[in-house]
Formats: sequence, structure tokens, C-alpha cells
Amino acid sequence: MSATVESPSWRTVEVGRLVLINNGPYAGRIAAIVEIISEKRVLVDGPSSDEKLVVPKGAIALSDVFLTDLNLEIPRALRTSTLKQFWEKGEIDNKWKESKWFQRAQRTERRKALTDFQRFQLLRAKKQQRYEVRKALAKVKAAA
Amino acid sequence: MQFSGRLQEYQVIGRHLPTEANPTPKLYRMRIFAPNEVVAKSRFWYFLMKLKKVKKANGEIVSLNKIAEKNPLRVKNFGVWIRYDSRSGTHNMYKEYRELSRTDAVEALYSDMAARHRARFRSIHILRVVEIEKTDDIKRPYIRQLVSKDLSFPLPHRVPRLNNKKVFSATRPSTFA
Repeated sequence: MSATVESPSWRTVEVGRLVLINNGPYAGRIAAIVEIISEKRVLVDGPSSDEKLVVPKGAIALSDVFLTDLNLEIPRALRTSTLKQFWEKGEIDNKWKESKWFQRAQRTERRKALTDFQRFQLLRAKKQQRYEVRKALAKVKAAA
Repeated sequence: MQFSGRLQEYQVIGRHLPTEANPTPKLYRMRIFAPNEVVAKSRFWYFLMKLKKVKKANGEIVSLNKIAEKNPLRVKNFGVWIRYDSRSGTHNMYKEYRELSRTDAVEALYSDMAARHRARFRSIHILRVVEIEKTDDIKRPYIRQLVSKDLSFPLPHRVPRLNNKKVFSATRPSTFA
């Protein structure tokens, strides 16, 4: 018997990798790695077109970021203005907004902001939805 | 002396007080890394007393200004020469750091020396801090590996930040990706 072992495909720290910041004043925003300072720190820059999502260029610890699947093909140590051109060409803002990760984060945030009554309404709505689905399923089962 | 807060780089210029024998004494200039101006002046006299026959009682500080980093957003490699008193003797050392500014490099040096050699601030003299402009001039392998072309590496084991509010968790933390 033979077994094939494939090495897992890790997201890597590299120039051009997009990271999600999870700590500090810019938490929740994405930025691109512009240069690697050491094995623990990188220089990031996030020239998003939305002013509320801009991350100014600066050093950040890798423990304060999550690596994302998104990637930009860029040379080392770009200036913010040049990076912005690559950023727009790569449609990073759109790609991030369409990603499951972003949508899930949005949803949890929305759920967190609900009041007690709204949570109750949500519960009722989900119950109704489930009821309809089961009804349809029962009908199909009976027909078969 | 423990440094509280971030280090700054100061340019301190001082001289011997003018005397009748020498009405125009020579000026001495030093670049000093210190947390504030008071410490910078103190370090200036400390070094000058070792080098020349001038002390605070018979000298004066002519000027003191802070040196700001020219490009604080460019990653640079620094070579640092130090003299360090260990428990058994005095050693010269050359170390390299990859940082955004000279002060960052010196701060990294102090913590590195504290970690590897248990050296305190008082037993380290910084002789020279130089930016290495050509990558070929980098001597130390631990910095050389960081400037290799197309550098990329995974983060295989990530320990999540501890949540102080939660004592118990229903799920084990995932430590990868």
C-alpha cells in the first residue's frame, strides 16, 4: 500500500501579501506587506480608496495580523502612491468585500449590535424559515 | 541606568571653559543615544571625562539638539560597534540589526545584549552606528537571510492572544493559518 503525502499549502509572509490587522487602532482593516523587517515584524501599507479603511504605512508585528489569501505582485519597498496604483489595478477593495471572511465579520458585527427584541425577532424568523423548509421536504417525501 | 521610554539620538557639543592659557578651547561633538536631554548631557560628560581632561565642573555644553531619522519608513540594515564589560572582562563587538531607524536599532541592541549576555545599560558603550547601504556588506547571517531575494515564509504555529475575560473555552484554539 502506498500513501501520498502532500505538503499543506500555507499562506506565506511575503512582499505583496495582504494581511488583516487584528489589534491596535487599525484593527479590522487590510494592508499589504511592503517589506519584511524581521521574522516577527513587517512594514505594511494600506492605501484603500475608502478613507475610513486606510492603514498608514508603518511597522507591525506579525502577531497582530492575520494572513489572507489575497496577494499582490509588487516589488519591494513601494511608495504609498505607487502601491495605490497596484491596489486599484488588483481591485483589492472589491475582492476583500466579496470575500467570505469579510462578509462573515460583517455579519457577526451586525448580530452583536442587535437588541434583545431584535434577537427574538431573528429567532422567530428563523423558526418560520425552518418550518417552511420542513413542510416542503415532507411534501417531497410523501410524493416519492 | 535603566532607560525609561524610547531612546532618542542627540547631538551634544561641549568644550572646556575658556581660560587665560587657552581662550578658545576645542569643541567636542558626540552623538548620544539617551531617553532624554538630561541623560544625554550626563552621558556626554561620562564619555568626555574618559577621553579628554575635561569634566562637568570645568566645562560647558555649547549645544544640544535632537537628531531625527531622515527616512523613518524605510527599512534599513544597521551595523553597530560596541564595547561591553562582561563579568570577566571587556569585549568589543559588532552586531547587525534590521530596523526603521538608528534609535530602533540601538534599542534592539540593548535588549539583545540584555538577553544574550545579561548586560545592563551601564556596561555597554556604543561606539558607532552605521547604516549598511549595500546588501553585500552585511556580515551577519541572521540579517543576511532577511534580505534574500523573494523571501517568503509561513507562520506555522500561531498562539492566539489570551482572552482574560474567559476562563474556560468550549473549543480548543486552532494554532495554524
